[in-house]
This record gives sequence, structure tokens and C-alpha cells, in this order.
Amino acid sequence: MKVLIIGATSAIAKATARLYADRQAELFLIGRNEERLGELLTDLKVRGTNQIGHQVLDVTRQKEHIAAIQQAYDFLVHVDVALICHGSLSDQETCEQDYEMAEKEITINGLSVISLLTLLAKKMKHQRHGSLAVITSVAGDRGRQPNFVYGAAKSMVSTYLQGLRGRLHPFNVHVVDIRPGLVDSPMTSHLEKGPLWASPELVAKKIVNGIDNKRHTIYTPGYWRIIMAAVRFIPEILFKRMNF
Amino acid sequence: MELHGWGRYPRVNAEVLEPINSEALQKILAGKESKQFCIPRGAGRSYGDSALAEKVVSSRFLDSFIAVDEANTLIRCGAGVTLDNILKVCIPKGWFLPVLPGTKFVTIGGAIAADIHGKNHHCDGSFCDYVQELTLASASGEVLRCSRSNNSNLFHATCGGMGLTGIIIDATVSLENVPSVLINRQSLPASDLKQCFELIEEYNDKKYSVAWVDCLSTGKSLGRSVLHIGEHAEEGVSSYRNRRGLSIPFSTPSFLLNNFTMRMFNSALYNLHKKGGETYTANYDGYFFPLDYIRNWNRLYGLRGFLQYQFVLPGDSALGGLLEILKQVSRAGMGSSLAVLKKFGEGNKNLLSFPQEGYTLALDFKREKQLFPLLDELDAVIIDYGGRHYLAKDARMSEATFKAGYPEWEQFQKIKERVDPSNVFSSLQSRRIGLT
Repeated sequence: MKVLIIGATSAIAKATARLYADRQAELFLIGRNEERLGELLTDLKVRGTNQIGHQVLDVTRQKEHIAAIQQAYDFLVHVDVALICHGSLSDQETCEQDYEMAEKEITINGLSVISLLTLLAKKMKHQRHGSLAVITSVAGDRGRQPNFVYGAAKSMVSTYLQGLRGRLHPFNVHVVDIRPGLVDSPMTSHLEKGPLWASPELVAKKIVNGIDNKRHTIYTPGYWRIIMAAVRFIPEILFKRMNF
Repeated sequence: MELHGWGRYPRVNAEVLEPINSEALQKILAGKESKQFCIPRGAGRSYGDSALAEKVVSSRFLDSFIAVDEANTLIRCGAGVTLDNILKVCIPKGWFLPVLPGTKFVTIGGAIAADIHGKNHHCDGSFCDYVQELTLASASGEVLRCSRSNNSNLFHATCGGMGLTGIIIDATVSLENVPSVLINRQSLPASDLKQCFELIEEYNDKKYSVAWVDCLSTGKSLGRSVLHIGEHAEEGVSSYRNRRGLSIPFSTPSFLLNNFTMRMFNSALYNLHKKGGETYTANYDGYFFPLDYIRNWNRLYGLRGFLQYQFVLPGDSALGGLLEILKQVSRAGMGSSLAVLKKFGEGNKNLLSFPQEGYTLALDFKREKQLFPLLDELDAVIIDYGGRHYLAKDARMSEATFKAGYPEWEQFQKIKERVDPSNVFSSLQSRRIGLT
């Protein structure tokens, strides 16, 4: 099995990579921080991966995307699973005050993903098999006051994936939209935790399962599907008065 | 957030910091406000308050493997790697952890801090005897490599030092080659404590040996027990196993564990093994970690939580002391649902390590008001007999009890003063027992 992971040093990606390492998968990791990529590489080798490559990439540099994906394909030859995990959670207030911050947030969480998907979709169409999995968020299900810039970027990706799924279906390529709820990771270390929070390890397990079983949209943990259905169901006249 | 140990007592509101690597950890230590105390924390499997403080530094994300030395069967990994993670990696290589406690969910950092022991202490010693080297972040943020030859004083203070000398970042542990991870096990019933002691001595050459004691039985059968011994099978498929067990989803009412149900449970367990004697082969997972099969079993004790009480009494007088303690426990009518007895071999040079030559007994008690005076009485007996308590399980012993049991505390404190002069590392426990 050959797996490409983008944003590999994020907590969810790391936990997912370890599950694939347990299966002795061949891995190619793309991430921003060279040192942390190196640490992860050693860790995964000890855990059972023999073939593993990596490439440093800052996803905001769109021009470098082509080379990075090509590197991955040169190493793996073909890709069974491509998982896009990178993301950032910046402060909503700052984004509302400063468009540049908002643009950066949308570039990282939205546009850079679409650029990478464009490249990967072409490659996968050509190889005529594989799964494209992207981590979006339950925040994309409805724009809420505390994080609608992040949510808007994520929902852009979710909508894109819906269309892409149909486009790639005739080519035997499967598209998975992974929508985690609250995940207790370094990205959210500044937030107060409660009972709804899940560990990156649990989320990773659901991701690997979802990809194995060719699911379309995964809410992880599963109860978020019900929570978000309820959130979507609230009439706008009430919703606009709610701040959560 | 609210934190507690495995015994779910006591509870504190703590700020939890989760550094993702040693640089992040150094940053935390360099930027600390001097008056704020913090204590490192692994998986939260110590029972009492040894990993509790206003500020807690979790090793959760320090969970990477760093290197494997195939020639010398060494593994180097981050402090947050669990024994389960290591077993998963090492069993396919034919390696095994030389010391395993009753749960595989403890971290390496925690295993070193408590210098944990297993069913084979009488043959093989404790966990830190297999630690070759460790990397420690000291109070100043400086990163120190410690081993028996390098910073050796600090090494012997950190091993068993309950996280009070600094934060362990990673460690190198030596593993052992085993023919199989299957265990040939045998269970031998003993009708009272004296017979149990005789059995333990008779089977002293077996690698694994631990006895379960029914401490609710009284009179003639006071201390009736079952000795479980085991050795690695000569051959058999070595594969990692992780049973998917039950999980207790919420705290059950604590009255479900009462004198009656515990008596039933203990009698059933004894009668199951009464005939005993047969040898059969078991997988390592069920043999070493029977309680891991029930995730969150600590919730069975209800919201009030429970206390573990583990102590060791030196060899010669141990039988007398244990009988006295069992008598007091059964007289108080305070049932311990599970009691475990084990013979320790010689202790090591670590200043605060718990194991010393003798016999150790672990009891667990539901937390109730009447319990605390009883435990104070037991403390006095233990000190009389020259014993000591296990810090990883303690939640309530007094400063005097601690200092009487661990005469090397002064030496420990001298080293701590040198590496941590302003007492940055301090837990609820260390303050209670007068160490910080």
C-alpha cells in the first residue's frame, strides 16, 4: 500500500501515519517543518515502515506544489491513498479586523487544498485508482460567529470535494471528506476541553476505517453528524442571535 | 481542567501544558513564572496525587520512537511512549520488556519516575535497572543526559524520583530476548498466609510469581491465597496482541462494591483455583494485564474514587507484620476487593525507589471516611516493621511516615536543591510529604 500524506506533522496526520506504518505501508510525507518531519520519519521507521520519503513544503507557496507532488510520485510511483491534513486555526476576531489575516487563513485551509487537489486529481485520473481523502471540519457545515472564516474555507473545500467525487467516479478514484469535530491536539491547545473532545488517535482510526470502506463523508467521532444536523436545522431567525 | 490520578482521589483544577518536542518544553521552562509549581505527568496511571499540581506538563506529545539498536537490543523513545507501544514494536523482533507492571498503559517517563516493578522483581529487579540513559530537562531549561556514568547522582535521583528532579524527555531502555511471549502459568492455592509464604519460597526460581490474597477471609483461613507463577514458553508464535475489552462508560454507584459482593468475588476466585496445580499456556497480554481488559475499571469504585495502599516489609519479619495488618483490615470490616502479594528481591541504588528486599502487599479500598484512621494505624505497623510505602500509589501518608520509610530522602533533597533550587518541580504529594 502506498500512502501520501500532506501536512504530515499535524497530530491527526501523525496518528494516521502510525496506523499505516503498522500495516507496513510505503509512505511519503509532506510537511512544513523539516526537523519535525525528520523526527516523524524515524518514529515511523521504528514502527514498521521500510519505504518512506519526505519533502518540505510550505503550502502557502502555491508555485511549489507541482514539484512536491511530482517528488511524491517519483518516490511512490503510484498512490493508493492521498491524505491532505494541513490546516491552521487562527483567531476569528483578528481575521475580521485584518483582511490579510483572513486571506492567509483562507489560503491555508481552502485555496492551497484546492491547488493540491487539482494536481492529485489529474494524477489519480491517469492511474485510474486510488482514494483522495481531505480533512475538512464540522465548522464548514454552517457559518457560526466564533469561527466563520475558518468555516468558510473548510466549506469551500467540502463543496469542491462533492463535485470532484462525481468527476473522478468514472475513473475508479474515490473521494472522502473527513469532518472531525473538536480534536484535542496542539492546534487547539489554547482552548478549554470538555466531554465532546476526541483524541487524534481516535480520529485517525476513523479516518483509516473510512478510507478502507470507501465512505463519502465521515464525521468523527460519529455523534458530530447528529450534532451538526441539529445545528443546520436551527432556523436562521434564531441562529443569528446565537453565539456559539 | 480537572485532573486526578487513577484512584480518582484527590482531584485538582490544573493547567495542563502539552509540549510537542523538547524545544517547546525548554521554552515552557525558560518562560516559567518562578513561583509556579509544576510536575511532569505521563498517562495519569499513578493512583494518588504524585502527578498532580497547579500546573502539569504532560508528555502526551513526546511519544516518538527515536532509535533502535538491533545489536544491543536497545530502544530509545520519548517519555510519552507507552509500554504497549514498545511491546507492539519489539515483540515482532523477539524482544520483550524486562519489567512489566499490571498495566501496559503507563508511559516510559512514568515508569522511570516511579521505578516500577513487575511479577519478576525477585529475579530481575525493577524498571530503572534496564534504563541505560535518559534525557532530562532541568528547572533552568537545560537539557542533561544522565546515565550511570554521566551525571550519575542525578540519574539515581531521577530514577524513582517521582518527577521532582526535572522532566524526562526521552530514555534508552534495554530489552530482553525471549523465546516466546506465551507464558506457561500455574496457579497454586494456599489455605492461609503461612502456606502462601512457603509456596513463594518453594517456587522462588520461577521468573514470574505473584499471589492474590483474599483479605476478607477471617480466622483460620486468614490470608488464604492463590500463587500464580509463570515462565516464558520455550516456543510459540510471538505476536503482539491487543484485546478489545470491555469499557466502563461511567462511574457506577460505589455501593455495588460492598462487603458482600467482594466476599462473593473473592470466594469465587479462590474456589476457581482450589484444585489448582495445572500448568497451561497463556498469552502475555492476559497474563500480565488482566485488568487492562476492562478499560476504566477505576470507575467501578464510584465517583468518590478509591485508594491503593502498597507497602513492603523486610524479609525476616514480614509474615508477622502482614498477619497483623490483615487482622486489622478484617477487624475494621473495611474490605479490600483485591490484594496482591509479591516477594521482592534486592533493591537498587536509586534514592527513592520503592522496592527493597522483602514482601510487598497492595490493597485497594473504596474511599470512605472511616478508611483514613485505619490507614494511619496501618502506617504505624509498617514503620514498626521497618517497611515503606509506594509513592506511586499513595495519596495520604504523612511526612513522618515517608521520612521514616525512606531514610535516603535527605540525600535526594540535596541533589534536588542543586538542580532545582527554587523548587519548580513539586507535586501535591511532594509538598505533603515534606520533600519540596
